[in-house]
Amino acid sequence: MDQTLERRAPAEEARAPNPRRAFLRRGAALTTAAGLLGAGRAEALEPEKAAPALLPPNVPPWTRSQGGPFINPPYGLPSRHEVGVVRVLPQPAAAFPTGSRTPLQNLHGIITPSGLVYERHHAGVPDIDPNAHRLMLHGLVERPMMFTMEDLARFPSVSRIHFLECSGNSSAELKKPTGKTAQEIHGLLSCCEWTGVALSTVLQEAGIKRDAKWVLAEGADGAAMTRSVPLGKALDDALLVYAQNGEMLRPEQGYPLRLFLPGFEGNMSVKWLRRLKLGTEPFETREETAAYTDLLPDGTSLQFTFHMEAKSVITFPSGGQKLKARGFYEISGLAWTGRGKVKRVEVTLDGGKTWVEARLQEPVLSKALARFRLPWQWDGGPALIASRCIDDTGTQPGMGEVLKLRGANSNYHNNAIQYWKIDADGSVQNVRA
Amino acid sequence: MFAPKHILLAACTACTLTITPALAQQRYNLGRPATPAEIAGWDIDVKADGTGLPKGRGTVAAGAAIFAEKCAACHGAKGEGSVANKLAGGGGTLNTAGALKTVGSFWPYPTTLFDYIRRAMPHNAPQSLKSDEVYSLTAFILNVNGVIDAKAEMNQATLPKVQMPNKGGFKQVVD
Repeated sequence: MDQTLERRAPAEEARAPNPRRAFLRRGAALTTAAGLLGAGRAEALEPEKAAPALLPPNVPPWTRSQGGPFINPPYGLPSRHEVGVVRVLPQPAAAFPTGSRTPLQNLHGIITPSGLVYERHHAGVPDIDPNAHRLMLHGLVERPMMFTMEDLARFPSVSRIHFLECSGNSSAELKKPTGKTAQEIHGLLSCCEWTGVALSTVLQEAGIKRDAKWVLAEGADGAAMTRSVPLGKALDDALLVYAQNGEMLRPEQGYPLRLFLPGFEGNMSVKWLRRLKLGTEPFETREETAAYTDLLPDGTSLQFTFHMEAKSVITFPSGGQKLKARGFYEISGLAWTGRGKVKRVEVTLDGGKTWVEARLQEPVLSKALARFRLPWQWDGGPALIASRCIDDTGTQPGMGEVLKLRGANSNYHNNAIQYWKIDADGSVQNVRA
Repeated sequence: MFAPKHILLAACTACTLTITPALAQQRYNLGRPATPAEIAGWDIDVKADGTGLPKGRGTVAAGAAIFAEKCAACHGAKGEGSVANKLAGGGGTLNTAGALKTVGSFWPYPTTLFDYIRRAMPHNAPQSLKSDEVYSLTAFILNVNGVIDAKAEMNQATLPKVQMPNKGGFKQVVD
């Protein structure tokens, strides 16, 4: 069965004339004037509580004094007023936590700051001395090779912006609506600029033997995590990454070296990469048999479902947030597909009856997060909102379709449409439509 | 500069998941040869056909003792699970709402068990077990799942021949 079958949805209703569309286009003109309102996330701000002494016509103390010193600290931190914007672990805490989540609802644009990139590791975060790190390349190659970090940094380098998503993202939702926020539900998702050397360049250095078809990638952490990668992917757009967002990888992102496979399930982008071995077949490791396989309703499982399919989520307004007053808001969110570029994002304000096209922030990059935006006048009544991503292979499916094709036990690759219910009091909740 | 990089990369973008192209040779003479001794120290993967299994042997009885000492605190006395995964049980549940994925009910290859224990377990001391210990733990876990007899010995020859109950339960999509 072709996995792409799972994401077909009729596109007809998206094309149907929509009387609300003209209204929403007119509303776009308001966006610039109301930019600050759209950018600030209302749930975190309480401007009405500011002390009058800090407000005009008074001049606040920060205007009437010298500010803090330079490089304090030398590696800069966010404003102390943003301390709530952090990664979180699932609650209740597990004995062996599986991953921390990115606060998607607090982020802007498409880049995830390095300190907020989600974490998933299987034996903790190792503290690796880059001088003692080696990459071994062997198996079906002409010349088994060993590289230092210095060697790898000397190769021609490449920087690309790509999303990274754990294939277990949103998995609990398959059983029932579980998470409260975009972070809890969709936060095993981040997007960075990644810098390194093309894996194809390094494979050339060793010489690929004719019968090689698969590459085993192995980590240097206590899990020595291993995944099998098709040689075609390794030669296409795979990277050996040592930097993210302009600085060396963070320890939890694989310092000093990780594999990066754009568009593929995050687990395959093996962190703390120490070894690559070429072979004729997949290596059938634990992480591609016992885990990261998709259990179907009939009890059989799909193996090697690599691509992260078209998906999207509205991050404002989203679960746990609250709209304080009726009037203008900018609906904003993220869309992505491991199949290439996001073609279009559509938003419903009426529980899926009608869909309107959202604006995409340019440039839209292949296998990267795309930011979409839609101006909206909230009339103060209940609303059921959602987004759906369209790429070259189809339209993001609803939960009904996902459950029909994959079942609630499949655990991985849930790319169902996310609905948020807005109540008359402005509160926003995760619901299944 | 020799052959420009973009030519090489352009050739690669045409690849698919299944086709291996004839690649133009482009070398930078960086890195050095890996020695056989270096490779031997890190080359720990075991394939489904048994390739990579080391010499050695293990029994269910020896495995039970090691399991009690090094594994049971997290996995339960007989692999029934505790703070860490259940290792046994779940047979016949995969097509039900209460699907339970364990070594016995789900894992398709016995060799993966050896590979995983050797590289990642025990949790507090990965890559500390000797080959005989890994064979023994593998034997014990297969036995508590009813997959092998209590008298069976696991070694390079016998382990790859063990038939896992869910061996036929996977369809390779490769996409």
